[in-house]
Amino acid sequence: MIPILIGVTLLTFMLFNIFGGDPAQRFAGKHATVEQVQTIRAELGLDRSLPEQYLFFVKQIATADYGRSWASKQLISTMIGDGLGATLSLTVPAFFSSIVFCIGLALFAVWGRGTILDKGTVVTCLALLSISSLVYILALQYLLAFRTGIFPISGWDPSWIGRWQYLYLPWIILFVLSLGPNILIYRTVIMDEVFQDYVRTARAKGMSEQKVFAKHVLKNAMIPIITVIVIEMPFLITGSVLIENFFGIPGLGGTLIKALNDSDFPTIKAFTVISALTYMVFNLLADVLYSVVDPRVKLG
Amino acid sequence: MANQTQVTSDASHAKKASPPQGTSPGAASASSSPVKITGVSPLIQIKDLTKSFPIKGGLLGREVASVKAVQGVNLEIRKGETLGLVGESGCGKSTLGRAIIRLIEPTSGQILLDGKDITRTKGEELRALRRRVQIIFQDPYASLNPRMTVGSIIAEPLEIHKLFNSRKDREDRVKQLLDTVGLRPEHINRYPHEFSGGQRQRIGIARALAVDPEFIVCDEPVSALDVSIQAQVINLLMDLQQKLGLTYLFIAHDLKVVEHISNRVAVMYLGRVVELAEAEELYRNPTHPYTKALLSAIPVPDPRKREGRVILTGDVPSPIHPPSGCHFHPRCPIMIEDCKKTDPKLRATRTEHFTACIRAKSEVGEVAVQ
Repeated sequence: MIPILIGVTLLTFMLFNIFGGDPAQRFAGKHATVEQVQTIRAELGLDRSLPEQYLFFVKQIATADYGRSWASKQLISTMIGDGLGATLSLTVPAFFSSIVFCIGLALFAVWGRGTILDKGTVVTCLALLSISSLVYILALQYLLAFRTGIFPISGWDPSWIGRWQYLYLPWIILFVLSLGPNILIYRTVIMDEVFQDYVRTARAKGMSEQKVFAKHVLKNAMIPIITVIVIEMPFLITGSVLIENFFGIPGLGGTLIKALNDSDFPTIKAFTVISALTYMVFNLLADVLYSVVDPRVKLG
Repeated sequence: MANQTQVTSDASHAKKASPPQGTSPGAASASSSPVKITGVSPLIQIKDLTKSFPIKGGLLGREVASVKAVQGVNLEIRKGETLGLVGESGCGKSTLGRAIIRLIEPTSGQILLDGKDITRTKGEELRALRRRVQIIFQDPYASLNPRMTVGSIIAEPLEIHKLFNSRKDREDRVKQLLDTVGLRPEHINRYPHEFSGGQRQRIGIARALAVDPEFIVCDEPVSALDVSIQAQVINLLMDLQQKLGLTYLFIAHDLKVVEHISNRVAVMYLGRVVELAEAEELYRNPTHPYTKALLSAIPVPDPRKREGRVILTGDVPSPIHPPSGCHFHPRCPIMIEDCKKTDPKLRATRTEHFTACIRAKSEVGEVAVQ
């Protein structure tokens, strides 16, 4: 954990401060005089030695105070905090409902393995998977919002009560988008379990097929499924930039795109570090979960 | 097809007619196993059992061919005996063993347990059947759920069949079972990966014994184990048989192991039983050319004693397209033209000794065939 953390910060730091050109020059713009650039450099602390700058950067991370954005002059921590709320209210419900639904459907597909039900599921999933996400967004926005008016086309209400009406349609789209890949992965994982010898042993014991699925198949399949879920988890935070854009949701995706366009170095740096941290936290979470579901894994 | 069925069932009649001869004290004592056959009433009767696995192909998944794993097998397993089943890999021995206890659905034929047809039992009845017939699997590593404690693995059959009164009772029974198979009852809360291969196989045996079955299919129970451990597990199985009056179908490809544990031995080749006899008789007087080849392949410790090795040419033919007539004819050293056409039936060539070879000389006359 700690070495990875040091590696991440050092790499991010080097990327921006050594290889990224002179930030002060970029910040001042093309037509700035030498004095202006000097002033800005002093203001940003770029005139200090590299080790000093690095320590300052580490301190920023430790205190979660990333300074101010160069573009909007806002506090970066506030920007991220605001965006995070919007993004999570978009992604969390869609993400978790999709997991539960897809595991259920995958179980059914495996239950009816070899039948039309199973083959139909696979073909449908492949079809769903093969269509670009843009098509889903445009088609569903057109049909469910523009033509029928069931949902608002786009918009946002910063209050927690008001925002939900704008989120139903994005949820549906995220949910549909995740169906194809999720069901296919879960089905494969569960199918692997069904043919395990100890599952056959359970049948030989005289166990009913339902119980075999619940007790032996699903429980053992949860190990790889948890891995897949954890790998996908950072999606919760980086969100879906496309959907945020189409529906005018002021989430983190939009914030990051804007920062990239503005060459807003401190904001981009903050994002880089935060996403690395997220991955590390979720990996740790996965390890903890493994020890819960798999007795062969012991922590410590 | 109908004709074939007719003929094979004739063979089964021939066999059924003969057990009384085998009950003669001489035949029973000739067994190399310490367990004597107590009675002759058959516990399991297999009549013309066939299992083929479809091979699906094409866009619509139509059946394009089938693997004929077991083809018209007729066997009897007597109460309290160990019937050894030997043959090369892929000859259908495991499929036969699993089909008998209905872990695989047979394609056709009949299985009788104590005279009662169990070929098509379903649902509750099938689950009740699991209390009477059990199986010990080959791979002690893969056949135990890695995420359950040994205690819960063994207790699960008790739970399924509601065979305990209280939690204390259940724990006592699991501990007793562990003790029966030579494991320490304190290990009840350990996980399978904490045990060695031999210990794991003992767990598998305890699991099978939990429901107090009458008949156990031992599906190559020692092939995955070291030789020194093999002997321990074999001896355990033999002790248990004596103590609990179990009947075994012992599947193996190790001929020495089978000779040691079995009362009678059946040799399978490409889905068919080609020879069946008392263990000692079969090892002393093999009549089928395939059995002769198998027996001559047993390693002998003294190289000077090695003699008359029959070396088979070619590989086992594909069970998808088995050879015509006698399945063994393409590799048989004594093949004649007739072997390509005639499908040989099991017939008595000596007392209590059946061979499916048209060239085998019969010492008891050809009566049994008709």
